Amino acid sequence: MGQMMELRAAWGDTLLELTKTHPNIMILDGDVGSSTMAQTVAYNNPDFYMNMGIAEQNMMGVAAGMASVGLIPWLSSFACFLANRDLDQLRVTVAQPKLSVKLAGHYSGILAGKTGKTHIDVGDMAIMRALPNMVVVAPADGIECRLATRVLTDTPGPAYLRLTRDASPVIFGEDYTFVLGKVVPLREGKDITIFGTGVQTVRALEAADLLAKEGISAHVVHVPTLKPIDVEGVVAAARKTGTVLTTEEHNIIGGLGGAIAEVLGQHCPLPMKLHGLRDCYLESGPNDALLEKYKLLPKDVVDAAWELLKTGPAAARKPEAKPKPAVKAKKAPQAPVKTSAKKKHAPPKKSAPRKRTGR
Amino acid sequence: MPIDAAEKRKLQEKAVQVRRLVLQAVHKAAGGHVGGPLSMVEIALALYFKMMRVDPKNPQWPDRDRYILSKGHSCIALYAVLALRGFFPVEEVYTFDAINSRMQGHPDMTKTPGIDMASGSLGTGASPALGMALGARRLGKDFHTWLHLGDGEIQEGQVWEMAWVASYYNVDNLTAIVDYNHVQQFGFPRDANLKRRFNPITQVPEKWRAFGWNVLECDGHDFDQLIPAMEQAKATKGKPTCIVAHTIKGKGISFMENDFNWHAKVPNKEELEKSMAELDAALATI
Repeated sequence: MGQMMELRAAWGDTLLELTKTHPNIMILDGDVGSSTMAQTVAYNNPDFYMNMGIAEQNMMGVAAGMASVGLIPWLSSFACFLANRDLDQLRVTVAQPKLSVKLAGHYSGILAGKTGKTHIDVGDMAIMRALPNMVVVAPADGIECRLATRVLTDTPGPAYLRLTRDASPVIFGEDYTFVLGKVVPLREGKDITIFGTGVQTVRALEAADLLAKEGISAHVVHVPTLKPIDVEGVVAAARKTGTVLTTEEHNIIGGLGGAIAEVLGQHCPLPMKLHGLRDCYLESGPNDALLEKYKLLPKDVVDAAWELLKTGPAAARKPEAKPKPAVKAKKAPQAPVKTSAKKKHAPPKKSAPRKRTGR
Repeated sequence: MPIDAAEKRKLQEKAVQVRRLVLQAVHKAAGGHVGGPLSMVEIALALYFKMMRVDPKNPQWPDRDRYILSKGHSCIALYAVLALRGFFPVEEVYTFDAINSRMQGHPDMTKTPGIDMASGSLGTGASPALGMALGARRLGKDFHTWLHLGDGEIQEGQVWEMAWVASYYNVDNLTAIVDYNHVQQFGFPRDANLKRRFNPITQVPEKWRAFGWNVLECDGHDFDQLIPAMEQAKATKGKPTCIVAHTIKGKGISFMENDFNWHAKVPNKEELEKSMAELDAALATI
């Protein structure tokens, strides 16, 4: 197995490094530092850490006040609380006055450690995207998380960083450069463009492997910055194949799918499908079981791709005998995603010659 | 200790001037609040003309004292005070609520010189004040932060989240002033008369004391009491101070005082003229 990394650990380690170069940085914690790894700063450089207790509304406002006098506060809390509990404080005292408050929304998506519906937020990206002035970033792995934490610290204005709890595969190399507001093509393809965000991008890459075995060449593009969205990059990637699938560990309403649909609907309407959580609340359960039940696994991305392709020219290449859903996992995998761990962000491989069976 | 008589007289004259501006601006805008702005006049004047270190020519001066009007709907009174203090021309106050005006319906720190924090959603100004105070400590700066709360908005939970955190961290460069006028937008009846309605919150000083704050009480319209209380608050070390300032909603206009109906009612021409006459009479007695 390739390298695995926790985004929360990458975030905590990076903040500790930043306390040594950024005297104005401050970590405010909603009493979850042992979960979010804000504890890394609390233990190692306590002057830069303050526990604000179990009082998120106050924490958001304190951050606004600190930012207004020249500090750069990072908030440590869960995505479900930051996007909901203190939303009015965020809207009025942070987003409207464009103050440099940085929100780390931990435990996002469905892998929230068996916490159930209250802690699994399916709408944080939608809520954050809907706030004028907010920047919204969902890194795919620990490397990108490290870089995004630095870039957002140095970018004036409010920002939301969407983070996950458990270790996930590293897909980027140490030489990767994170550019705020730009999409990242990860794999060249000709038949379908798959946009992913956050750790779901890793599953999109795996899905592309599976699709390749079925004769479909998928163009995979990672969208780390949900807002401001890279209009040019999205349109260019969509035009490459003329068929677009989005996949996300989030409600398909208002998240990545919504963001891409807003761009393509206005700039280049194309056949597209949104894959992700279908407007529902979730429940407790082990990660693998949740991914399976709510159809977020690579095989589910493959199914969504075929549903989209079945009406287009690529349908002719669909393996005849194969029933849908295409790939039934024999048992739940041990880790959410593992086979793509070896994929570093390298120049995309030339796709293997593929048999064309007519149009 | 009472303040200098000449200084007090000047402040009292300014209070009349601010009340005039408030009523004229709201009348012209045909919108806005009057009861709350009239109750906060002396508090804001005492701060901007006596207590606070500010530079109207440099409103973003990093070392200035900070003021947050958390009861943001009363901002027309603050605009009048800031104009008199020289942050912008007095005539600009009359553009209140007009399109493209810097005099917004609720305070906008990105538009109006002298506004230190956005507010308007009640309770949300409380925590930024604590953030400024903690920020001053972190940055080694000696500015003081003044938080102006309405007694209505202390029904919001956020205020009490701020209160315990401020006292936990022994913040003493922050003073909260509760503009305790006992009346809010609609309120609750206290007796059989359903048309006389009041704030339901009781034991206000006790509540702040229970949250670990030093508490002072004074008449919020009497400069002789307000200014010494503010000085004492600033001098208190080791804990935050809350000044419970007893005020009258609609203060200065006989038919507006203590009446919840004047929370956000626009005076018509006749009511405006009557108000101006009452204010002229008040000025003559100073």
